[in-house]
Amino acid sequence: MAKVFIYPATSLILSDLVARHGHTPLSSAVAIRERIQTAGLESPPLQITPEEPKKGLKWAAVEVPSGVRGRMSLYGPMIEQCEAAIIINDADLSFGCMGCARTNELIKFLLRQKEIPRLELYYPKNEEEGTKFVAAIKRFLADLGGKP
Amino acid sequence: MTDYTPVLVGTVTKYVVVESFEITPADLAIRGYEISKGAMIKETCFGLVVNGKEDEVDRIVAGLRAIDPDHIFVKDRGFPPGDPRRCRANLGGARPGYHGMEYEMTVIPYISHGLEELKNRDEKSVPAPENPLEQKVLDVTVLKKLIDAQES
Repeated sequence: MAKVFIYPATSLILSDLVARHGHTPLSSAVAIRERIQTAGLESPPLQITPEEPKKGLKWAAVEVPSGVRGRMSLYGPMIEQCEAAIIINDADLSFGCMGCARTNELIKFLLRQKEIPRLELYYPKNEEEGTKFVAAIKRFLADLGGKP
Repeated sequence: MTDYTPVLVGTVTKYVVVESFEITPADLAIRGYEISKGAMIKETCFGLVVNGKEDEVDRIVAGLRAIDPDHIFVKDRGFPPGDPRRCRANLGGARPGYHGMEYEMTVIPYISHGLEELKNRDEKSVPAPENPLEQKVLDVTVLKKLIDAQES
């Protein structure tokens, strides 16, 4: 069973397909759950405290906006522990403010730098592309090992 | 800053999203209540939110998925059901994060079709999808046509 980083990190489709084929999807929900279930100082809504941008310094320089560094404190550890990655490149839903957009670029850059199996896709636009999309993910995950 | 005391520590929350012509969220909720042993289940417009101990949630999710495996999709959620920081009952408007799910709901029918198709077909026989990193090269004949169109 491999840990697979999914991008967009909130993707329902990728999260489901990875889990369906016996692997562990690393999504933002897992990182958020960890924070909101840990006692500390009240910092709603996501329990992102002023400590997070400091932790993010491991992946982004000090002159990078704190929004990017704070987000990287969620995604950085998951990028480090992932053994494979699936990236959807035309995910408009991951569009956001400057912090989100730059974080997304940094996440994709770090995943491409890491020497791990990686699958790059577009969202399917019709049934034929849907079949190709599912087959590509199935082949990719089967090569990682796990249940067929 | 005040102290933060988390609730429902050690539990997991999962979304069960249904996109089917045969199953409704209400059907899923009834089945969920039938097989649940102490998990919290909330019915929503798109499916269910299930919260409880990991083993119990996984068991419920597996039971629900068996009803219509190609049309039921599951993903993790960070917040428990009805959390005031996320629930739209407190905030108004769509829940943050719903828009992403709403977009993917438009794509899910194609995924369901793919899952159904691959039951009767070997995935190795399906051609690979378009590679986003591949640089598209302009074909010479296409270039010639463009030049001709400009000249005429």
